[in-house]
Amino acid sequence: MTELLSLSATEAQQALRQKECSAVELTTAYLGAIEQTAELNNYVAVTADKALEMAANSDQKIAAGTAGMLEGLPIGVKDLFCTQNVATTACSEILRNFVPPYESTVTANLWQAGGVMLGKLNCDEFAMGSANETSCFGPAVNPWSADTPLAAGGSSGGSASAVAAHSALLATGTDTGGSIRQPAAFCGVVGMKPTYGRCSRWGIVAFASSLDQAGPFTRTVADSALMFSAMASHDPKDSTSAPEAMPDLSKALSQGIKGMKIGIPAEYEMDGMDAEIVALWQQGQNWMREAGAELVEISLPHTKYALPVYYIIAPAEASSNLARYDGVRYGVRSDDVQSLDDMYEKSRAAGFGEEVQRRIMIGTYALSAGYYDAYYKKAQQVRRLIRQDFDTAFASVDAILTPATPTAAFALGQKQDDPLTMYLNDVFTVPANLAGIPGISVPAGLSKDGLPLGLQLLAGAFCEDKLYATAATLESMANFKTSAPKAA
Amino acid sequence: MSVDKDTVKKIGRLARIHVPEQSQEQIASELNHILSWVEQLGEVDTSNVEPLASVTGHSLPMRSDVVTDGEKADDVLKNAPQSASGFFVVPKVVE
Repeated sequence: MTELLSLSATEAQQALRQKECSAVELTTAYLGAIEQTAELNNYVAVTADKALEMAANSDQKIAAGTAGMLEGLPIGVKDLFCTQNVATTACSEILRNFVPPYESTVTANLWQAGGVMLGKLNCDEFAMGSANETSCFGPAVNPWSADTPLAAGGSSGGSASAVAAHSALLATGTDTGGSIRQPAAFCGVVGMKPTYGRCSRWGIVAFASSLDQAGPFTRTVADSALMFSAMASHDPKDSTSAPEAMPDLSKALSQGIKGMKIGIPAEYEMDGMDAEIVALWQQGQNWMREAGAELVEISLPHTKYALPVYYIIAPAEASSNLARYDGVRYGVRSDDVQSLDDMYEKSRAAGFGEEVQRRIMIGTYALSAGYYDAYYKKAQQVRRLIRQDFDTAFASVDAILTPATPTAAFALGQKQDDPLTMYLNDVFTVPANLAGIPGISVPAGLSKDGLPLGLQLLAGAFCEDKLYATAATLESMANFKTSAPKAA
Repeated sequence: MSVDKDTVKKIGRLARIHVPEQSQEQIASELNHILSWVEQLGEVDTSNVEPLASVTGHSLPMRSDVVTDGEKADDVLKNAPQSASGFFVVPKVVE
């Protein structure tokens, strides 16, 4: 069984096609792994019956020669994607009993491609957090933990933890400010945020609509390209869904980076940065050069303003999106209320956790009369300057190499006192969301404590081919092969 | 621009979140902490910079104004905390 769990998605696909194993056997192995690693708390619901039914269906399709691109591959779904008739909670008390009567476009695409749904994965409440600690189900645990439980990162902590722990072969995530790339780096897996608009937002619980983007968690770069191809589509049900054609990703994976120009942004070398991170970044630059790329020093002058811009725009959009949780149409309603307004106020106070309330309050303030121009409009203006920085950079480089996170995974509970300390986790990832460009975090080495560290690659909007070409090269140069101590 | 207890009460009211009297002070201090950090955006010269609301570069797509979905009252009401005779039920709003 362990052998099946160690296959990558492309290897498992091969094994299924050559009848070395069946989809039911593969799914059974993963359901066993979920049980075996239950202490990691990365699943909030396991849909075993549905998984076995879908796997049996996949076996029939493989036998009939009608297999889809993900046929029989077991997938975990972040509990932010609506799944028809399967509870979808956004890991919030307020949605604890919500059972969607519809399926999100991204997950529908995955099942259409033959994917097998294992269950729903833990995340920060409404995807607001960087350590999976705001979840109403408690935090997901990083399978690289020894004695002290380490954060899996967030918000897609359950997704990263499960893929690293071999309790999901593939997993979906969403990334609003780094929620795919940061946990991927913490757990030693590959996490990719597509260009804004590539994956439909329809049926995904909304956080900040101009920033939210779904993407894949995988163990290899090739698996990432495979899963991303299945997730992405132009969807009329999402008005910001992109009609742009998808570049040839399989060609990109094997083409190498000879002659490509890789930008190294001066502003990403920050004061007080961990020496290990600096060294790894330098190592990454050497690998790129050895592989035939030309390194180019670039400047992204507004980088330091990305986080404060994000912490106005994201809460502002969240305060508007989360207005829908009113205790009337779905979700939890408080009893013992005096009036309609009283019902709204008490239901929302009881149903939302502390961080979600904090962000709604900031957003409401930033959008309120008298402060709109000073905060919200100002943030949108600086957002344009950040976007322009990248436009200028991508006029002369093909991709940009940066660290993925400022540190390796930290202990759970360590950064809870000050929200700002937690926000700083996203310093390298937030700019890509503000600019709408694709980014990928690739595991590239181990810290002195034996914890995974990631490097991030960024490319221009809709240039996922360049992103995957550079990521595949980085992966082969780094040759990161170790697996998490607590993996099944 | 400093947030005080009264402002917290007002924001709570706008956001329809009940903020108990005893936590207002602490929330005011947290919001001030975050907002004063955001204030560094003041250093950036943004005169003549158009605000960026959408990164797609596309205008919103248009479609014919026709019904594309419906006849799903049961689905719509399925998750309602309280419903009756095909309606959502809320506390009395008209005396």
